[in-house]
Amino acid sequence: MAKQTARTSIPNCPSVSVLQGATQAPVARFEIHYHQVLDPKGQILGPIPEFAKNSETLIGFYRNMFKTRAFDTKAIALQRRGQLGTYASCLGQEAVGTAIGSCMRKEDVLLPAYREYAAQFLRGVRMQDILLYWGGNETGMNFEIPRRDFPICIPIASQAPHAVGVGYAIRLRREQRVAVCVLGDGGTSKGDFYEAINAAGVWDLPIVFVVANNQWAISMPRNAQSRAETLAQKAIAAGIAGEQVDGNDVIALYERIEKALIKARNGHGPTLIEALTYRLSDHTTADDASRYRSESEVAQWWRADPLVRLRRYLSNQGNWSEKAEKELEFESQQEVERAVREYLDIPAQPAGSMFDHLYASLPESLEWQRRSAIQGGRQDD
Amino acid sequence: MTEVTLLDAVNLALAREMSADPAVVVFGEDVGRNGGVFRATAGLQERFGAERVFDTPLSETLIAGMAIGMAAEGLKPVAEIQFLGFVYSTIDQIVNHAGRLRNRTRGRLGCPMVMRVPFGGGIHAPEHHSESTEAIFAHIPGIRVVIPSSPHRAYGLLLAAIRNPDPVIFLEPKRIYRLFKQEIEDNGEELPLDTCFLLREGSDVTLVSWGAMIHETRIAAERLSDSGIEAEVIDLATIKPLDMKTILTSVEKTGRCVIVHEAARTCGVGAEVAAGLAESGLMSLMAPVERVTGYDTVMPLYQLEKQYLPGVDRIVAAAHRTLES
Repeated sequence: MAKQTARTSIPNCPSVSVLQGATQAPVARFEIHYHQVLDPKGQILGPIPEFAKNSETLIGFYRNMFKTRAFDTKAIALQRRGQLGTYASCLGQEAVGTAIGSCMRKEDVLLPAYREYAAQFLRGVRMQDILLYWGGNETGMNFEIPRRDFPICIPIASQAPHAVGVGYAIRLRREQRVAVCVLGDGGTSKGDFYEAINAAGVWDLPIVFVVANNQWAISMPRNAQSRAETLAQKAIAAGIAGEQVDGNDVIALYERIEKALIKARNGHGPTLIEALTYRLSDHTTADDASRYRSESEVAQWWRADPLVRLRRYLSNQGNWSEKAEKELEFESQQEVERAVREYLDIPAQPAGSMFDHLYASLPESLEWQRRSAIQGGRQDD
Repeated sequence: MTEVTLLDAVNLALAREMSADPAVVVFGEDVGRNGGVFRATAGLQERFGAERVFDTPLSETLIAGMAIGMAAEGLKPVAEIQFLGFVYSTIDQIVNHAGRLRNRTRGRLGCPMVMRVPFGGGIHAPEHHSESTEAIFAHIPGIRVVIPSSPHRAYGLLLAAIRNPDPVIFLEPKRIYRLFKQEIEDNGEELPLDTCFLLREGSDVTLVSWGAMIHETRIAAERLSDSGIEAEVIDLATIKPLDMKTILTSVEKTGRCVIVHEAARTCGVGAEVAAGLAESGLMSLMAPVERVTGYDTVMPLYQLEKQYLPGVDRIVAAAHRTLES
């Protein structure tokens, strides 16, 4: 308690002694560490983390990644058939979401961007919720579980300041919860992101920022986004910890994100994790990535597929078989089809619903507009 | 009962609600140790501690965004943006999140936040410190925009804003922060939002205004009274959502309306009031609606701000014009 209060006490500015020192003496240094456990061939590098010795844990990761991909494939098909609006695919990024969703406790708060379905499913969001959202119905973001997670966030990095507010609220109430904010490589070019990590550092808040660096912000490649060698090092400017992880290696991701969560939960402040992954899909179903990137580049990244490498590892360990794969495929399809049926069965909200949650209670002056909407646009009073 | 300025009233309301509700937190740039550049938050950090009353880094987007995060988590954030000229980067947060969080989660997450912002001209401030761009906010669905025009209304409306379950942009007219005092009782009683206040009754012409311009408008009403014209004065107070009913009822009686605002003319809130009168009060009108407003110019630096701001003479002249037709 005393320690936490001390953090909010007013800091002093540096004394004039900062001006004294040897000519050209270095005053700050930093290093960014890269973490990988499972290489693209499915080989373990270095010591196996304790949790990864449990094959059930790894199979759980694989199942979630697989189901998420089955969902993603179906969502794109629905969009092509005109049964879903514009949809943002998470193809290739399933490991990032799976690791996040697996590390978080239910009382934590997820602040996603819009490719974090793998995390959201583990949090309790249903497939039909995501379909409803992209299918043009707000009820999709009214999760039954998790009630306090933030909805999908489309304006880039604008959720990062929210995470600071959530983190501050958690700290103020002395809770042992953590806010996990996910954004992309493009998001790190925005002021919102920098303002958020900077403030999270100032107050030492319980927040984990995950940058899912999928190499492309629509048509802008990572190297056109910033001259910084890593996006993780942007954390250094904010005075918080930053590191880089193979974002297609679910084992390394789990290890590093869990570590950051524990650190945050114990009051030791925020971390920025840059997960190096790749958007194997178009930006959205309204995009054609072949206009701005080469097939050979995409083919290269397919060889780093997060599902394939974990499957190879599990198979090599004798913990996965073709039969298990077939069963999972069938089960996933069933689950996805069930979600699609439920989604398609949900009728559009009535016109008056536009007004239902505009305010906690509708101001009297808007009543006539609500009536007009209900009556199909008649504005007769 | 104490005699207080509008600025003191803001401070009293903040202190009152912070005592009553531990979920209320106050933050912004220089609001803590310094007590705010205008002293609106003076003494609050000493009284309520540095966790509930705190300074943020110089980050307006963050201030608005973290208020949203806090509000969704059940706190009652009262954020200060130092001047309206520095508010514009927060509009992304207000339009994309504060105004729609409740709607886009179908009521699952609410956004009970207040963003206080001093605004308006007339105090010889530097560039970017004097604009009145309240109409930008008035256009945003899902929020409220509230502007007090007296210590009494500042106290009661700020309490209501903090207690309101939805986001409120609370614009404080800094020209009248210390212009006059009023007796108010610090009893925690709020005033209603979403409603206009009838400040003066009269039968000849309706003068509609808000914020600092209420001051000139009331003087104009007294001057009109000296020449035998009784003006009704209405303070919009909540410019969004707008209570047209009170205005329409008044114009039914007077048949004439002059709208007074400091903000630029085009698409100002006055245009909305005039449109409302055209739609629903046309038959009551005996003269064209008059608008006395700032010009559609960049707000000048302070040497010319008097020439920019509508004065009593312009209001009186407009009222006379409505009575000539």
